[in-house]
Amino acid sequence: MENMVNVFLFGKRYEVPASLTIMKAMEYAGYQLVRGCGCRNGFCGACATIYRVKGDRELKVCLACQTQVEDNMYVATLPFFPLIKQVYDMDAIKPEQAVMMQLYPEIYSCIGCNACTKSCTQGLNVMQYIAYAQRGDFAKCAEESFDCVMCGVCSSRCPAGISHPQVAMLARRLNGKYLAPKCDHLAQRVKEIKNGDFNELLENLMGKPIEEIKELYNHREIEK
Amino acid sequence: MYTSEMLESIKKVEARRKENAATEPRRMTAEEKDALLRAYHPDYKEGAEFVNLAVGPNKGEKVPKELGALLQGNSRVQPGDVDLNAPDYDVDVLIIGGGGAGASAAIEADKAGAKVMVVTKLRMGDANTMMAEGGIQAADKPNDSPAQHYLDAFGGGHFAAKPELLRTLVTEAPEAIQWLSDLGVEFDKAADGTMITTHGGGTSRKRMHAAKDYSGAEIMRTLRDEVLGRGIPVVDFTAAIEIIKDENGRAAGAVLMNMETKELLVAKAKTVILATGGAGRLHYQGFPTSNHYGATADGLVLAYRAGAKLLYADTLQYHPTGAAFPEQIFGALVTEKVRSVGAMLINRDGEAFMHPLETRDVSAASIIRECSTRGKGVPTPGGVGVWLDTPMIEMKNGAGTIEKRIPAMMRMFGKYGIDIRKEPILIYPTLHYQNGGIDITADCQSGVENLYVAGEAVGGIHGRNRLMGNSLLDIIVFGRNAGRNAAAKAQGVKAAKLTLSHVEAFKEELKAAGVETDTVSPQLLPDYRRHK
Ligand SMILES: Cc1cc2nc3c(=O)[nH]c(=O)nc-3n(C[C@H](O)[C@H](O)[C@H](O)COP(=O)(O)OP(=O)(O)OC[C@H]3O[C@@H](n4cnc5c(N)ncnc54)[C@H](O)[C@@H]3O)c2cc1C
Ligand code: FES
Repeated sequence: MENMVNVFLFGKRYEVPASLTIMKAMEYAGYQLVRGCGCRNGFCGACATIYRVKGDRELKVCLACQTQVEDNMYVATLPFFPLIKQVYDMDAIKPEQAVMMQLYPEIYSCIGCNACTKSCTQGLNVMQYIAYAQRGDFAKCAEESFDCVMCGVCSSRCPAGISHPQVAMLARRLNGKYLAPKCDHLAQRVKEIKNGDFNELLENLMGKPIEEIKELYNHREIEK
Repeated sequence: MYTSEMLESIKKVEARRKENAATEPRRMTAEEKDALLRAYHPDYKEGAEFVNLAVGPNKGEKVPKELGALLQGNSRVQPGDVDLNAPDYDVDVLIIGGGGAGASAAIEADKAGAKVMVVTKLRMGDANTMMAEGGIQAADKPNDSPAQHYLDAFGGGHFAAKPELLRTLVTEAPEAIQWLSDLGVEFDKAADGTMITTHGGGTSRKRMHAAKDYSGAEIMRTLRDEVLGRGIPVVDFTAAIEIIKDENGRAAGAVLMNMETKELLVAKAKTVILATGGAGRLHYQGFPTSNHYGATADGLVLAYRAGAKLLYADTLQYHPTGAAFPEQIFGALVTEKVRSVGAMLINRDGEAFMHPLETRDVSAASIIRECSTRGKGVPTPGGVGVWLDTPMIEMKNGAGTIEKRIPAMMRMFGKYGIDIRKEPILIYPTLHYQNGGIDITADCQSGVENLYVAGEAVGGIHGRNRLMGNSLLDIIVFGRNAGRNAAAKAQGVKAAKLTLSHVEAFKEELKAAGVETDTVSPQLLPDYRRHK
């Protein structure tokens, strides 16, 4: 017999196998999910969820697809949270501190409560990456926030109304576009291709009889 | 976390780790691979796993039975349900599917000046693209060339790719990487800007570019940000359920359904781009899947009913390394990058039974053989698996490698108390990718005029098997091309009367062929509710 636990979905009790994730427990209980379920594997941030285990004062947050049920768990999903997403033209903005001031000035109202970090479903140091953004250190903000799945839980906890995932998104794009070292071999190759330098090689290969291509493939040298 | 039986086996893995790490198993010969695939790969089964289509452009050809049922299913729209003369949306280019291909297409069509709209079934980015971990290929290093990339992909796909499509893929690859970089995608680079590239299964050069093991997420969230930044309208939680044509037989819009309220809407368009992705959630042959929740082959169903031909719809990719344990993540992807950076496949007795970087189909078949006829698998609650020896990675490349190069994997197993730096993990093949799909010409158009296709919904770019890193590449290359071409074509399209008569005609064809079914399609979502 499977080990069963009680979970309370939106306050209503269901008995479900203890091995299930919250997401699968909801389905076991009979929910056909539409919202709050995207990748089912911890990448898309669709399944932000709040829970409290009976007797515990702490309100916890998690990704429903990544978290196993516990006995007496009270669960409420948060499938949408109204983040502020500013609109900008990446070609027009510059990787300067002033950008944040213009687009996301609320980050300067951070009171340092660290509720964002405590709530992060990915275990990121959210308050720290916001601090980097405040200073205009986009490379550090990008690095620190890289694993963000933009579930929005941090923002739901923020007394200053900061949309942390969107701030980090901007920092990463600024870093990727302007600050990361330029790649010479890539630029070179794009130029060579535009110039038609590889056409002959490719056409030669494509023009060969299939048996010959097979030979070439089966005996091609493989880089160590 | 591991059972005592598993722990016993781990001891054997540990005992031989050093020796295994020091030897490179021989790669199989072409003949060995061929025999292995025939005997063990799910695509090569010749029983009730497949059906022959009774109607439509691919009549007589075999497809997985689950797909066959949907292709020959009943429409969700009855005549009279919608008023085609009073469209709710009227745009130049309608893009169906908000994954990487759809987003790339939207950006380029918008750049070309077209009035664009994206409709997507879940949220934008709730898509297979978001989940890609390993990376994206492009021949941009001095020791590499588009021709070398072509050879790898052509051979890996069993010489079945459409040459003109594959040529476009490899030739436009470096530019695709540059385009993404310019949008702000953060690729792994050395301090001097050199791309950090690795091998993938079946590559002859190290040309796999990555953004840690969040490659797809990094690409997808950046593309999404750009789509929103451009002010392109995105209608989410809205599925396309039928292509609308004009009276001249050209694609001219789609019937949409609000996923929550079930309200039906009409979108009129001059050209349509299908970017609906794959089919993992159809669970062919009972396999678990690595795919997102909405991967149900809807695009194939819509296009087929509208008269577009499919290509290689019988070939699927079973990724060799799906998680086999713990059961909470059963079927979830363990990226190939784990093997790229040094982990080997090890059986119950601690033997490295194959080269870790054979092509995916060969690797999957080899694992299935190990676990079935050879009886060298490790039993799990959900089935059986073999080891992927992750501690070997740091043995070869030094401490810290795992956290730096594959943090998502470390996190995924860490949540269940498995530290992949110290313990190996159990894997088994999982349904991963739809190799086949809608047949297109070099301009991305399907057999139906003005119906463009991009991304995983396309068949023929990769042939009968796809190499890791060539799919993220194809969604960018062909997504962009589809966007540009659909925008250009839209300029010359004259409005004509809209119709769903092809849906009626298809129904008649089914009747004439004696196909009777209760199946309604497209499926839109899987149903995982417990049915008592
Ligand atoms: C776990 C995983 C890891 C992967 N790793 C790699 C990798 O490392 N390298 C690589 O190259 N490839 C990888 N792939 C493959 C690659 O990510 C996908 O093939 C590719 O991203 C597909 O992009 P797409 O835009 O065609 O489809 P998707 O990204 O799946 O987007 C399709 C979108 O269309 C929506 N949709 C579906 N039906 C409808 C409908 N009827 N109406 C409206 N919207 C609809 C879907 O919900 C989805 O949002 C991986 C795939 C998975 C699942
Ligand atoms: S469903 Fe995507 S993170 Fe949970």
